[in-house]
Amino acid sequence: MSRKLLIEHAEVPGIASFETYRKHGGYASVEKALKTMSPDEVVDEVKKSGLRGRGGAGFPTGMKWSFLAKPEGVERHLVCNADESEPGTFKDRYLMEKLPHLLIEGMITSSYALGARRSYIYIRGEFMYVLRILEKAIAEAYANGMLGKNILGSGYDLDLVVTPGGGAYICGEETALLESLEGKRGNPRMKPPFPAVKGLWGNPTVVNNVESIAAVVPIVNEGGEAYAQIGIERSTGTKLISASGNLVRPGVYEIELGLSVEEFIYGDDYCRGIANGKKLKACIPGGSSVPILPHYLVTKTAAGTDRLMTYESLADGGFASGSMLGSGGFIVFDEDQCIVRNTWNFARFYAHESCGQCSPCREGTGWMEKVLFRLEHGMGTLEDISLLEEINKKIEGNTICPLGDAAAWPVAAAIRHFRDEFEWHVNSPQEAQKRNYGLIQAPLEA
Amino acid sequence: MKADHPQAVNEAPIDFSAHTMAEINRVIGLFPEGKQKSAILRILHFVQDEFGWVSVGAMNRVAQILAIEPIEVYEVATFYTMFHLDPVGKNVLEVCRTGPCQLVGSDDLISYIEEKLDIKVGETTKDGMFTLKTVECLGACGYGPMLMCKYQFYERLNKEKVNEMLDAMRAASNS
Repeated sequence: MSRKLLIEHAEVPGIASFETYRKHGGYASVEKALKTMSPDEVVDEVKKSGLRGRGGAGFPTGMKWSFLAKPEGVERHLVCNADESEPGTFKDRYLMEKLPHLLIEGMITSSYALGARRSYIYIRGEFMYVLRILEKAIAEAYANGMLGKNILGSGYDLDLVVTPGGGAYICGEETALLESLEGKRGNPRMKPPFPAVKGLWGNPTVVNNVESIAAVVPIVNEGGEAYAQIGIERSTGTKLISASGNLVRPGVYEIELGLSVEEFIYGDDYCRGIANGKKLKACIPGGSSVPILPHYLVTKTAAGTDRLMTYESLADGGFASGSMLGSGGFIVFDEDQCIVRNTWNFARFYAHESCGQCSPCREGTGWMEKVLFRLEHGMGTLEDISLLEEINKKIEGNTICPLGDAAAWPVAAAIRHFRDEFEWHVNSPQEAQKRNYGLIQAPLEA
Repeated sequence: MKADHPQAVNEAPIDFSAHTMAEINRVIGLFPEGKQKSAILRILHFVQDEFGWVSVGAMNRVAQILAIEPIEVYEVATFYTMFHLDPVGKNVLEVCRTGPCQLVGSDDLISYIEEKLDIKVGETTKDGMFTLKTVECLGACGYGPMLMCKYQFYERLNKEKVNEMLDAMRAASNS
């Protein structure tokens, strides 16, 4: 069983209240940081911890923090990205709903490290009930002197506000999020300038994922070096994994990085195997934007070594035979699932969510959706498969933000590993339309 | 949606309730002086809470309150998919149709609700009680198939749970 640094107390009754959270050691990192450490010392601990951004990109958090520009007399901001929208990912919702004060504690400690005095949590609009939980917790933190003026007598002031989105995947991209936070359409900005130099309202800004900010709490409490002891190589600490799809026990798990994929899927402490006694067909290990892995590359790498839940091991083999840890959105397919149908489904998602700013993405995602619809519905040709590959190449790398790549890569990977299934849809159009895609599932037959 | 009509700007702004206005003023106060526009998404949620949808008249009123041009409200309201720009039923059922939910039966869930309410996706029942929509990932992937109605998540749905849910919604809307 993995050590839990974040969600150990998530199921304690009343833990969403300030009082209970405090009784379980809550806000210790604020006391330690504000009373005994300088802001730079906090940044150093985060650097030493090796923490990598938990939103999906995996960029070292301490390094991101050190890029923050600090011109004299200009306000700085910390913005928490709680726009969790990557299909397959639902860990931040769990953390915020169960442990709102953990996020607030992380926001205070991190804001102190960055010298931010006005910080924001931008949460997706669909999580309105979670926003209300956070708003209540923020009010409690103010009432108990953890937010507002002169926190714990340290002379440090911080205001924290939580504000919703309105239903747009693109706002999880940090510059689109900042546009949205300014009350505009979520169109990503050209970089440079990076948010660290010109972010919210033109001020230097750090944008971090919910889980990254929460991880600062144990890092400050126990020290960066202790945190770095957990995990393997450059994958340090623990990670929340959202497990979904055809599993016996889907849900949110906190794992020590380095756990084997085999243990995660089949272990008693985790997902307990594939639902309904079926076999594993494929897995998307890091949210819908990362490449799909066929069953023989899920628990083993192409070289035959055990595949581990780390940034490096999941990427082992590159695009040819690997994938990515991404956001930890672990989606599992059983043997009845149709890869063409799923690829079409995700293509439709990206076409729907493209902000429309860059032509390659706006047009390309729409084309991919239409071509995949044709293939899935038995109206496709073999040329359509190469057409998809061609469209892919025209989107990749030609857009302002990574949504284009996120739409293109999964299609490329699906064709790479499941070309026979695409061809089968072309060669057997009658069967492709009749086939049971595994849609008749137990849950609907109550 | 009529916000793209040349006459939209001239549509009379409508008044909001005292409760909505108090909430609007509260959230505007959360942002620094001169940055009131940051409250726009929260305000549009409040407007939709009160009226069920966001009309051009309501958007024109929001523009007045924030002291911005009406177009700045239209461009935001039309970008974000949560805002209903046409009248909808009392209960809008927004069913997640994205990959992880599809793997565990969202297609069946959609067909079952269509059959049960005798409407297609995008339509409203004759009595104005339900509107059925499909949406992209709601971040509940481990608990599918699921839908959202009035910011509430209904998860791990099956036929029995759908029946109970619809009855409860009908009863609540009639009381």
